[in-house]
Amino acid sequence: MTGVAFKVSRNTRLSVAAVWGGVAAALVLVSVPLWGSPALMRWAVEVMCYLVLAQMWNLMAGYGGLMSVGLQAFVGVGAYSIFVFAQHMGMHPFLAIPLGGVMAAIAAIATAPLVFRMRGGYFAIGTWVLAEVFRIIFSNISLLGGGSGQSLTVMARIDRSTREIGVYLIAAGILIAASLAINLMLRSRFGLGLTAIRDSEDAAESQGVDVKALKLQVYTLASFGAGLVGAVYFTSILRISPNAAFDANWVVASVFIVVIGGIGTLEGPILGTAIFFALRWLLADYGAWYWLVMGAVAVAVVVFAPAGIWGYVRARWDLQLLPLQRRLILSGRGPQRRETGLEFTGDAEAGRM
Amino acid sequence: MSVLLSFENVSKSFGALRVTDDLSFEVRKGEALGVLGPNGAGKTTVFNLITGGLAPDGGRIRFAGQDIARLTPHKRCRAGIGRSYQVALPFEGMTVFENLLVGAMFGAQNRTAKEADGRCVELLERTGLLDKANRLAGSLTLLDRKRLELARALATDPQLLLLDEIAGGLTEQEAHALIELVNDIRARGVTIVWIEHVVHALLAVASRLLVINFGAKLAEGDPRAVMASADVKRVYMGIEV
Repeated sequence: MTGVAFKVSRNTRLSVAAVWGGVAAALVLVSVPLWGSPALMRWAVEVMCYLVLAQMWNLMAGYGGLMSVGLQAFVGVGAYSIFVFAQHMGMHPFLAIPLGGVMAAIAAIATAPLVFRMRGGYFAIGTWVLAEVFRIIFSNISLLGGGSGQSLTVMARIDRSTREIGVYLIAAGILIAASLAINLMLRSRFGLGLTAIRDSEDAAESQGVDVKALKLQVYTLASFGAGLVGAVYFTSILRISPNAAFDANWVVASVFIVVIGGIGTLEGPILGTAIFFALRWLLADYGAWYWLVMGAVAVAVVVFAPAGIWGYVRARWDLQLLPLQRRLILSGRGPQRRETGLEFTGDAEAGRM
Repeated sequence: MSVLLSFENVSKSFGALRVTDDLSFEVRKGEALGVLGPNGAGKTTVFNLITGGLAPDGGRIRFAGQDIARLTPHKRCRAGIGRSYQVALPFEGMTVFENLLVGAMFGAQNRTAKEADGRCVELLERTGLLDKANRLAGSLTLLDRKRLELARALATDPQLLLLDEIAGGLTEQEAHALIELVNDIRARGVTIVWIEHVVHALLAVASRLLVINFGAKLAEGDPRAVMASADVKRVYMGIEV
């Protein structure tokens, strides 16, 4: 046994401040219906959907090492679930939203044996193909409007302000719950294993981490989150089509946000989403320039800060806003420890060389 | 002494290249087996066969009486096989302390977070990494990476510890302290298999030697007798021993 007195802490002064900042942000988010316009709420729903989707992609790719480009498959399944349960089975749309996540998770588990046979680039393409297959299948279901899609007419039964505030609060709730859940998860044993996988799959496996099982779990979780995003987003815009629901741009935006912000960090998707929407707003009137600048920004970040902007900041100043890291704090250590511990730097005897 | 690990006529080929050729040997509980052989002789392949990174084409591998050929690598770790890699593979984005926590929580003992904390502090102290506990593993020097590699393997509470060229690139003093550490680990009841090119380091620890050449056993037995044998001298000719 060790004679060293110690304690383990995750909190730094900065991280405590960041947590309170997060609580304040959550309160502001929830208060928006009291003072915000419907246009602001609609815009905020979109921002929050992109942020949650980016968090999901980050969890799956950044931590689980699963470079999926088919997350839109589960956005679409979640979105269509709303139309099945609310439009065709008479369920209240707001209650059907969680079912969107559940259906997406079921779809993920059911198709995982197919895509998990593949690795690396093949896995990426495999997930993309899966999303395309889903799109084609839903294009051929005439109950759901086939290729041209349909409108969520049941929402007309709910009055306008209840509808707008309800959808807004559900989206805000999903964002807050997702942020909280990801934080708590990454602090747990599961998160420790996942972070190990992020850094080296081979080493994680040789340290007893069941890499395959953890990957499947994180893939299912990310799909559940993507399903929720699809459900709430299409409840907000009231219309769906297979091309919009299974649009590859869902995952393209997520990848952009996460890579720019900082892959494998919790702060990255938040920063990335802010940059993504700022660029979109700044360049909204410039047509093709929008895409050129987005591309240039992506290239610049990948070249100059391969770990993303937050990854660069973290490495440069050793910053960590969200309290994940376990810091070992030693107490009551005397100078005599150097003689008792096994040191083999040999620096005390360097003069002998 | 009872047998902890055994290879029975194990073979492995990469295409036409036979990297493990009908190899049989035993590792007894509590011993320190040194593994020698020229570059490319198939030493690391033997480790990969033991830890499950590779599946044998033929033959049987038993650990603690159980045939482990079908077990995945993480289950072999939980069964009590620990390993340090030749090229250190730390979890670079995690601190040194967190690196050890992974093995302490997912390894053979399956500890709670609280128990794991204490175990990791103890290992950090034994391996001289306590001062660097909160450093990111990616920022460590080569020597510290080697220490971390060893500490991390110990964190999984192995019955059998596989060491792959941990003394390479160290100064004499560093190697000496490393030998002390390995002997200390063995004194605590861990069985050791050590692949090493630094022969004097190996001889300071090994109770028995196994020499592999072209994937087959060339010699096995008492270290001094093995080093004196004509076959081993021939294979090692030109290499200062």
